Amino acid sequence: MNGDLKSRLGKIVHYKLFLPLFCLFLVLMVNVITTPDFFHVEIRNGVLYGRPVDIINRASELVILAVGMTLVVAASAGTDISVGAVMAVTAAVTTFFLSGGEISVNEYQFPLFPAILLGIGAGALCGAWNGFLVAKMRIQPMVATLILYTAGRGIAQLITKGQITYIRVDSYQYIGNFLPGVPIPTPVFISIAVVILVQLFVKKTAFGLFVESVGVNKEASKHVGLKSVMIIFATYVFCGVLSGIAGIVASSRIYSADANNIGLNLELDAILAVALGGNSLGGGRFSILGSIIGAYTIQALTTTLYAIGVSADQIPVYKAIVVVIIVSLQSPEFQRYVRKFRKKLEAKKAIGEVTA
Amino acid sequence: MNLLGKKKLNQNSFLLIVTIILFFAMYIFGCIVFRDLNFGRFQVFLNLMINNAALIVIACGMTIVMITGGIDISVGSFVALSCMMLANMMENQGVGAVQAVLIVLVTGVVFGIVQGFLVAYLNIQPFIVTLAGMFFARGMTAIISRDMIAIKNELFTSWAQFRIRFPFGGYVNRRGKVIDPYIYPTVVIALVILVITFIILRYSRFGRRFYAVGGSEQSSLLMGINIRRTRFIAYVISGFYCAIGGILFCLNTCSGFVEQAKGFEMDAIASAVIGGTLLTGGVGNVIGSFFGVLIKGTIETLINFPGVLSSWWVRIAIAALLAFFIILQSVLGSKKEKGARA
Repeated sequence: MNGDLKSRLGKIVHYKLFLPLFCLFLVLMVNVITTPDFFHVEIRNGVLYGRPVDIINRASELVILAVGMTLVVAASAGTDISVGAVMAVTAAVTTFFLSGGEISVNEYQFPLFPAILLGIGAGALCGAWNGFLVAKMRIQPMVATLILYTAGRGIAQLITKGQITYIRVDSYQYIGNFLPGVPIPTPVFISIAVVILVQLFVKKTAFGLFVESVGVNKEASKHVGLKSVMIIFATYVFCGVLSGIAGIVASSRIYSADANNIGLNLELDAILAVALGGNSLGGGRFSILGSIIGAYTIQALTTTLYAIGVSADQIPVYKAIVVVIIVSLQSPEFQRYVRKFRKKLEAKKAIGEVTA
Repeated sequence: MNLLGKKKLNQNSFLLIVTIILFFAMYIFGCIVFRDLNFGRFQVFLNLMINNAALIVIACGMTIVMITGGIDISVGSFVALSCMMLANMMENQGVGAVQAVLIVLVTGVVFGIVQGFLVAYLNIQPFIVTLAGMFFARGMTAIISRDMIAIKNELFTSWAQFRIRFPFGGYVNRRGKVIDPYIYPTVVIALVILVITFIILRYSRFGRRFYAVGGSEQSSLLMGINIRRTRFIAYVISGFYCAIGGILFCLNTCSGFVEQAKGFEMDAIASAVIGGTLLTGGVGNVIGSFFGVLIKGTIETLINFPGVLSSWWVRIAIAALLAFFIILQSVLGSKKEKGARA
């Protein structure tokens, strides 16, 4: 029994990184076939330029979100669907302080770093609200986060007074574009830093283990002496902070806060990244690395769809289909059906051999 | 055991009573504050019904799904999709109004069947399935057409503009002419569906299965109820109601465009929750959801009536109200648990 379980676990781990890597490979192959110079990278105006760079750059926000989402899914067996709206809130708060309430400014009305910290603080606050509802009030995660999913953009609109706030200062654009003299886009550095910090935190402290333990069995973890409520709460705050960072990167890209469009539909992408990364949406064991590969795969898919000529508001159709396929493949019921079917086939074969 | 059952009933009717009182309090508040703007007129109330006819139907479907312990967040997008389908079929494809309506109804059922299959038979979290459904339907709307299509089909617009007048409760306008209050057929359809759903849920064996499945899967399994089929049917009904809601919505707006009915899922869930449907399943009542819709409509009217505040406040107010009722449910729920333990 034990050996059987072990081999099965080994299979799952194998499967876990196999699926996302295979998907990434598939998407890249399609690209290589349709556009032969896909991997061509060159330096233009002192910065790297090319499709792969574009995918890695554009995926940065998604990578950051996927990391937070992975923890939330692992701990609470539910997803945070408010991440896109939280990004909008963060962007709105940051630009509100930087612009001092004006619609467009050419210099900061408030120092840059405190404003960013305030923005991330707002993200953390949103996360804390979600965490409070989920962990303390024991509300289903997606219903709890549905509140901010709808209200979040409204709050962002109120902060920006329904306008798009522009910050026309060069240094604000460094975060989302290029640092002077550096050929690699800044968001790539930010996402790598976030991933390394979170990975260190999760692996070098007991936090990752706690999260998995709470995700596998909340009650049992409580009896062991873990503060389940606090751990779930912490993952949501964490997710809020990471959404905040992603929001600032997204806002810096367009040096403005567009409450309606920042982080639009990114919640689906983030969930997709987590699922694609081989993480069960039912909570428990998680792999941040898998989610990151998932995030890059999805961005590659998005870029490919754009290249084919699918417009931004039509893309969700394809992604929704991919989500349903992946989640169906993951579902234990489906696997049982497949097993049954296989057994039937084998039985038929056996019968065939006997009669032959 | 009997005592516990009674207590539970009281608690649930308590939520319903809170909702009904809240509605009347808000409405009377509106009548007093906006008495110069004739808030108290019968027609204002009827407009509330006219504007929310689609939501009433969709909230009924949502209530059934939530009673089984699931949720359906694809409703808003599906309303947009059905409006766009109607508009596209009638204006660009030359399909007749009746056929277009039938096609939309069938599409709704198919949509429900797919979602229901994924949730009930593959055991995938309802939220994930319907989230995918939500993006799918919205994206599909954009694929059909990215421009707004106005419906000019004669038959369809004649349905939309047919007024049912009341012979009483009218008011005299500035020219001294008596204007009777009126409703559109959409309101009648919505109320008929509300009553049918209420009767099915309350008095038929078929309807009571939903409560059994949502209340306790274990016991309903022991009772011999086919849990999967029951949950599956709940989603099919929701899909069908969404299609009806979409048609009613379209009769109201006579157009189809991508951004239509955004946040509708939130309104439907909020209405059901405000009306006393428990998110954990097993408890709910379409009459409560009906009052939930009316409360949502009243908030909207109150915020829009003076015409000063932005529409964003409606979203935020509804979200706040939803949060309030969810927390109330949670507090009552944990109290009940403690009571049961003691």
